[in-house]
Amino acid sequence: MGPVLIGWIGEDQADLALLGQVVRGVSRAFGCEARTFEPPLTPRHALDPRRNQHASGVLLHWLVPLAPPEGRVLGITDQDLFIPILTYVFGEAQLGGAAAVVSTARLSDGVEEFGHKVLTERLIKEAVHELGHCFGLRHCLAAGCVMGRSSGVRDVDAKGRTLCADCRARLRGQ
Amino acid sequence: MSSERTRILVVDDEEIVRESLGGWLEKDGYSVATAPGGAAALDRVRAEPWSIAIVDLKMPGVDGMQVLEQAKKAQPDLAVVIMTAYATVDTAVAAMKLGAYDYLVKPFDPEELSLMMQKIVSQQALVRENAVLRRALKQEYRFRDLVSKSPAMQAIFELARTASRANSTILVLGESGSGKEVLARAIHQESPRAQGPFVAVSCAALTESLLESELFGHEKGAFTGAFARRKGKFEAADGGTLFLDEVGDVTPKLQLDLLRVLEERRFHRLGGNSPVDVDVRIVAATNRDLKKAVQDGRFREDLYYRLNVIPIAIPPLRQRREDIPLLVDAILERLAAEMKKPLDGVSTEAMSALMGHDWPGNVRELRNVLERGAVVCTSAIIQLSDLGLPGRAEPPAAEPSPMVSLEEVERRHVVAVLTHTGGNVSQSARILGIDRVTLYNKIKKWGLRRGSEEDGGKE
Repeated sequence: MGPVLIGWIGEDQADLALLGQVVRGVSRAFGCEARTFEPPLTPRHALDPRRNQHASGVLLHWLVPLAPPEGRVLGITDQDLFIPILTYVFGEAQLGGAAAVVSTARLSDGVEEFGHKVLTERLIKEAVHELGHCFGLRHCLAAGCVMGRSSGVRDVDAKGRTLCADCRARLRGQ
Repeated sequence: MSSERTRILVVDDEEIVRESLGGWLEKDGYSVATAPGGAAALDRVRAEPWSIAIVDLKMPGVDGMQVLEQAKKAQPDLAVVIMTAYATVDTAVAAMKLGAYDYLVKPFDPEELSLMMQKIVSQQALVRENAVLRRALKQEYRFRDLVSKSPAMQAIFELARTASRANSTILVLGESGSGKEVLARAIHQESPRAQGPFVAVSCAALTESLLESELFGHEKGAFTGAFARRKGKFEAADGGTLFLDEVGDVTPKLQLDLLRVLEERRFHRLGGNSPVDVDVRIVAATNRDLKKAVQDGRFREDLYYRLNVIPIAIPPLRQRREDIPLLVDAILERLAAEMKKPLDGVSTEAMSALMGHDWPGNVRELRNVLERGAVVCTSAIIQLSDLGLPGRAEPPAAEPSPMVSLEEVERRHVVAVLTHTGGNVSQSARILGIDRVTLYNKIKKWGLRRGSEEDGGKE
């Protein structure tokens, strides 16, 4: 398993402490090397002015060339993401591919009430989840598994930040 | 995440929609394929089974509505979800009328899509499970072509299964249409003789001489018109089972002939000199009271005992009404296959009427009534008016009753009056022309208030 590069592709200043925690979470979940990287520029062309959201598919195409050989790349943005058919997504990944993207835009719900820690926790879970798709994993029904489907933040809060035994076995088998 | 067997077909002329929706569903664990248009989608639906089709409404050429209509014809169980850019009541209503499962307005909420897919998958799983259970239940209540859940019939199936393994003669008793021949065939099919022939003869349909020739065959020149040797039913059934229907109608001379064959397992063809040996298992049937016929001297006692080795009495349908829904299901399933017409069942009203009818012609009559309904009905559900049953105003056909005592006649009349008044003792006493105390005494004497089936005495 090659390294995972994690970079900030949002509009605001990068929160390096937050990125560091995501790096640790990803490294722990997959047992692989993970590190931050600085993307050359911000992919503004992904903005759909009609929807005022960023097309996650466009971001994935932009990220692919930035992936290390044999490794994966994860872009983290503060912009709201969509795929053409859905109103929003928390993130998207190429199933079995090199690139993944996650947005903090909708993960911030309730941060004022519960504190920044909640956002960190959610972001780690979604980062691991999308990278799991890059590693070929699909959604999982096991209680608490990070690969569980998340349609809302409550789903994200309900799951853990690690893979269940079955998903770990699937990962090893690949 | 979902069952690997859940196959989803995404149909949209926009590649970006196919890709994004297909990718999203694939990550959710579904097996996904895409089609770029209506025609391609219909090709795939006709070629392979799908659980769900998510179809865009507006497409050039074959549009979403046409896909929906044709796809439901090809795969009626397919759940079709229509995607539309603008939700109008008209399109939604039209889609639902054509059998769409639901519709989604683009772009849709991931939670909405997720819940809809889960709902469809669990509903389809329930339908499958239901079908499996129904099949299992049918097997449980089945003995070859016979179905019943009544304890009396279950006991008969058990006895018939056991008896089929032996070679002993079986006497099937039951009213006309109760399934005597069907039971005889089932016994044959369950027996070690199943590979041999099953030959049925109706003893009531033929004159004595014709039946004699039919059963035993004849040699050439045995009688005028016997131009060649002809084998009879006994020989035809060699190695198998001979079903003698309406055996109670056999004339005294033939009774004697039958007795001989049953005793010696050999007979002579008409006009023949050498005996013919046969290995035949006899299943006889009658709707007559053979015991009474013996008492009246109309049936040979020795033949009666030869036939009555394993008696099996099939109860009339009116005594096992709980079987009617099961029989309706089984008969409709067969009729649907025979007539190549979808028949899903009968309406609640029709079922109540079927349950209330007395069925003097038993299962045969039920089959005929349902066949009429299946021919006449204009939808997959047979309505009461399709059945052509007689109106319920007619009193139910009275059971043929033996001569009874005066007291029994009085008891029945009291029960009838109590039933008529809804158990009102004062009113009943007035009608009967007796005082209430006398009526109470009679009720007590006959135990009419102790939950017997004739319990009509409540005030």
